[in-house]
Amino acid sequence: MSGHNESILREPLITGDNITYAKITDDILGPVENKPNKAWWIGFIVSALGALLWVVAVSYTFWNGIGAWGLNKTVGWAWDITGFVWWVGIGHAGTLISAVLLLFRQNWRNSINRSAEAMTIFAVICAATYVVSHMGRPWLAYWVLPLPNQFGSLWVNFNSPLVWDMFAISTYFSVSLLFWYTGLLPDIATIRDRAVGTRKKIYSIFSFGWSGSVKTWQRFEAVSLILAGISTPLVLSVHTIVSMDFATSVIPGWHTTIFPPYFVAGAIFSGFAMVLTLLLVARKVLGLENYITMFHIESMNKIIILTGSIVGVAYLTEFFIAWYSGSEYEQYAFINRSTGPYWWSYWMMMTCNVISPQLLWFKKIRLSIKATWILSIVVNVGMWFERFVIIVTSLHRDYIPSSWAMFYPTWVDVSVFVGSIGLFFTLFLLFLRVLPSIAIAEVKLLLKSASEQAKMKQIKEGHENKEYVAEYVESLQKFDSVKQEDYAKI
Amino acid sequence: MSDIKYILGSFGDPDEMMHGIEKLQENGVSIYDVYTPMPIHGIEAKLGIKRSRIDIAAFCFGITGTCAAFALIYFCAVIDWKVNIGGKPSFALPDFIPIMFELTVLFCAFGMVLTYYASTHLFPGRAPRVMDLRATDDRFVIAVDAKDNTAHTVIDGLLKDAGALEVKYNERKYISYE
Repeated sequence: MSGHNESILREPLITGDNITYAKITDDILGPVENKPNKAWWIGFIVSALGALLWVVAVSYTFWNGIGAWGLNKTVGWAWDITGFVWWVGIGHAGTLISAVLLLFRQNWRNSINRSAEAMTIFAVICAATYVVSHMGRPWLAYWVLPLPNQFGSLWVNFNSPLVWDMFAISTYFSVSLLFWYTGLLPDIATIRDRAVGTRKKIYSIFSFGWSGSVKTWQRFEAVSLILAGISTPLVLSVHTIVSMDFATSVIPGWHTTIFPPYFVAGAIFSGFAMVLTLLLVARKVLGLENYITMFHIESMNKIIILTGSIVGVAYLTEFFIAWYSGSEYEQYAFINRSTGPYWWSYWMMMTCNVISPQLLWFKKIRLSIKATWILSIVVNVGMWFERFVIIVTSLHRDYIPSSWAMFYPTWVDVSVFVGSIGLFFTLFLLFLRVLPSIAIAEVKLLLKSASEQAKMKQIKEGHENKEYVAEYVESLQKFDSVKQEDYAKI
Repeated sequence: MSDIKYILGSFGDPDEMMHGIEKLQENGVSIYDVYTPMPIHGIEAKLGIKRSRIDIAAFCFGITGTCAAFALIYFCAVIDWKVNIGGKPSFALPDFIPIMFELTVLFCAFGMVLTYYASTHLFPGRAPRVMDLRATDDRFVIAVDAKDNTAHTVIDGLLKDAGALEVKYNERKYISYE
């Protein structure tokens, strides 16, 4: 760890030239320990209004039943399941960052994992409310649990992916929450030991009495690693099972074996886009440029190109297989997707998910905060349309042309969706105020090895290969938080 | 002097703290515990702390989850109430796997984390046992039991030589109770 120098070729993960352990704590706890600024209040009020709309729309649905939505006899799933899959997908990036990147020892995850995990939890909350409200009689939601017959039904059907999904989503939510909270304990203790009065008492309760002794840390690391190990297959299983809700049916356009990997790639794709949407703003507003650097942003953009391309290949494969299957219903479903009455949603999906992320191959775009932010939103628009295309265009023209129909959302459909975005941002903004948005302890681990100042010291010691140093200095040019003039003389 | 319970060497740098541990051990001073704001790799070996067995617990909890899921599904779908779906076998093992997997993860995660909380004495509302408030911020603190190690001036010197920024003499074990 701290005794070893990291290769000079690696970009620094913490920039700034006078970073100390105390400064890391101060910088990250700034938003938690001080009064919120105007930007936060504006964001919070707008989001809270959105959340209010969500409460109204969901209550209206509960009261009147799902007849309040624009569903009809042919299109029985529309914006509800689109929203559900969209939110669950967004959640996936958090677990990917915290678990998969931990297993791969990608240290850059240390400064983004906390907020990404928080995002996961809030996204899954949004997704879960869709599941509950689309049941129509949400007060009977417990019927999805395997309860004995006295409750008025048989056992649940264990052959059904919908039942698997119930187990998958609830496991995913609770394990993510556990992972996130356990990781938070040392940081809550940091807040506790700096606070006074009532604040100290509250954080003391939530810190579970964390002391930071050797054994606590030793077990903490073992627990984190095992949680990462089990969360990795878990996150893959969740979206696999979500895709099986479709894939195990016999609806043309849904009945495809490519769905699990295609859904998982799409989930990571949209999740990283949402992480960028949130962090690009948070980094600026909270002044965390030294911890969430251009290297982090570029790395996330690279993951977006990769997963976006996987999604693109999946779209083409689907199309090819529809033709190759020789099944006329399958073929019609796909021709109808791209040229039927919903052609615009199909091409919207294609443009936003396949074409526009390819712009990130250009270094200039990948390193532009504005372009990245816009593209991250474009990706999420595209991913919403992907689910809409899969769900609505596959259903709206079924086997009997007399029952063909279009789907028109009502104000309730729109409000539940817009409101869920409000709810998500409300929860996220509250999180930024009460808990550290960056894992303090994990970032401290990087200070002596992977920070800009540590590397500067390495260069000044003069044992490094000149070519490598030149390459390192060149790589620093993309950082907006590095003082370039410090390197002019080297 | 007699009221002093713990001597704390507060370091600003983890490598200096590790050096401090070595120094103390070379001079036969036993270390009570070390409090740090982040995990220090390699410290367990120095302090002779055995490898955590939490992975064994995790495995046991996980396998319990697998068995519980299988037992539940097998009981519901095969023994208690067979549902005839197009004459297909009710014991359809491939369909059982997703839930068996999910419950493995669920049991493993909760079992392991609760074991961790129990073994480390972490629970909501527990009074924090902190010797130095900065040990969760920017200080790496070595705690030495002052009753067992009576050569206080020697310890003071050793800690300061190793680079301790501050040496404290606590008359109470945990200051956080105040």
